[in-house]
Amino acid sequence: MAGERSEGDDERASETPESGELEENVGYRFDRLPATADERRVEGRASREEVIEYFHDRFGIPPETFDEYTFWEKGAGKIWVYAGEAPSPIEIEAIGMTCLRTRQEHWKPTTDAVQRFGPYATDCVIELSREEARAFTDGQDQELEWDGDWGYLIAAHEIGVEPEGRPGRDGDAVEGGKLEPLGVGLYVHGELQSVVPKGRQRSVSDAR
Amino acid sequence: MEPFERYRPIIDDFEAFLEACRRPLGTAVRVNTIKASVDRTIAVLEETGVAYEQADWNPRVLTLETDSPGSTWTSFHGFTYGQEEVSAVPAGVLDPQPGERVWDACGAPGGKTTQIAALMDDQGTVVANDNNLGRLSALRFNAERLGATSLAVTNQDARNFSMKPFDFDSFDRALVDAPCSCEGTIRKNPDALEDWSEDHLHSVAGIQKGILRRAIQTTREGGTVVYSTCTFAPEENEAVVQHALETESCEVVDFDLALEHSSGLESWDDEEFDSSLENAARIYPHQNDTGGFFVAKLEVTA
Repeated sequence: MAGERSEGDDERASETPESGELEENVGYRFDRLPATADERRVEGRASREEVIEYFHDRFGIPPETFDEYTFWEKGAGKIWVYAGEAPSPIEIEAIGMTCLRTRQEHWKPTTDAVQRFGPYATDCVIELSREEARAFTDGQDQELEWDGDWGYLIAAHEIGVEPEGRPGRDGDAVEGGKLEPLGVGLYVHGELQSVVPKGRQRSVSDAR
Repeated sequence: MEPFERYRPIIDDFEAFLEACRRPLGTAVRVNTIKASVDRTIAVLEETGVAYEQADWNPRVLTLETDSPGSTWTSFHGFTYGQEEVSAVPAGVLDPQPGERVWDACGAPGGKTTQIAALMDDQGTVVANDNNLGRLSALRFNAERLGATSLAVTNQDARNFSMKPFDFDSFDRALVDAPCSCEGTIRKNPDALEDWSEDHLHSVAGIQKGILRRAIQTTREGGTVVYSTCTFAPEENEAVVQHALETESCEVVDFDLALEHSSGLESWDDEEFDSSLENAARIYPHQNDTGGFFVAKLEVTA
């Protein structure tokens, strides 16, 4: 069985610079995020607490969603979420999945992380019709009404309601249907811009 | 199809085998349970008008009636992944458990790797390795689309894989889905036999032996190693496992497989194999209307 994992995240003590000044970020390796800003030893690095707070404050994703995960930085501000074991720092190709872009004014979650963890979101989720979802998936920007905050939103639609949520008879209301996240959109000036990465965009065709 | 003549003596109903090899394959996908249950996935397919058929042997394997499985809602949401039916076999035989440490020695492009992660409920450590950086980028793309968070991706030559990046020194299980001559993919790639030669089989077999040995060395005593290929050539299958039996501490063990299959061979040309190799499975295209495959399950004994 897998070994025990230490509580929370921490950077290696060996990273502590003797002068007490912050170190520069090393771009080619993965470093585990410090648990809190107080434990930060690398200039500009987000803490685990800040990352979890971001997903909670912005999208209402419960902090305990990430209890079993660690967060890592590689490159300038790219944050990865990982469920397995690894020492820090580690020089490998990838660890878990990219989830967030930091070191910029407005942090930006990734499409794939939003699909993975977005089902737990309660805030800043914009519901799209099937037609709007198709345009979004295809990378198109569209003018849509939205009363909430501007900025990065989770675009979602209702699809494939679980069997227990299905209507018993035709005409019954669908209950328990939850929204399925499509990806990240940037909402400004009445327009939802699709920021689904090029390689992830699809022209989804429904048979009906 | 001419190279296949050498298998006439070992394949029952050889004409049916050849006939199946000439037929193209349907579009199979695997349900990615990291993101959606089988029921949910089927509900989306039904709602969006994609006809499907569920495999008898594995409820997570579906054949879709569409020419573009990548342009469905289930694909965009990462609920389904295009994967040939038989290639869903080895991860099931490996039977990884949540929380374990598992090595996928030749992981790209990621179908079996993400299946391993799904079978572990995406909990534990799946070290996904490949020696080809281009194919690794496909693995990373696929893994992120499927939402796998338990992967650590490495770019090493599996034959002398170093555990140095990690702070554990052995795996609970390892999958060697080895690079091979791909004879069994003929239904998908009609030119799979274009560069076929016996010399090629022997040179690939050398690499396969090296990878399988390293997988056994890096797996703990009592751990499981699964060896698989998508080829029929005994030089790349039983002979590779035989070599592992002679050089490493391991034994071939039995496993259940709900697909029709034939037993592993006990001899080929002049070479005799250990009788335990009959526990290995050879899956031929005419048996289940799939591609061809070989799977052996080993237990590490020291």
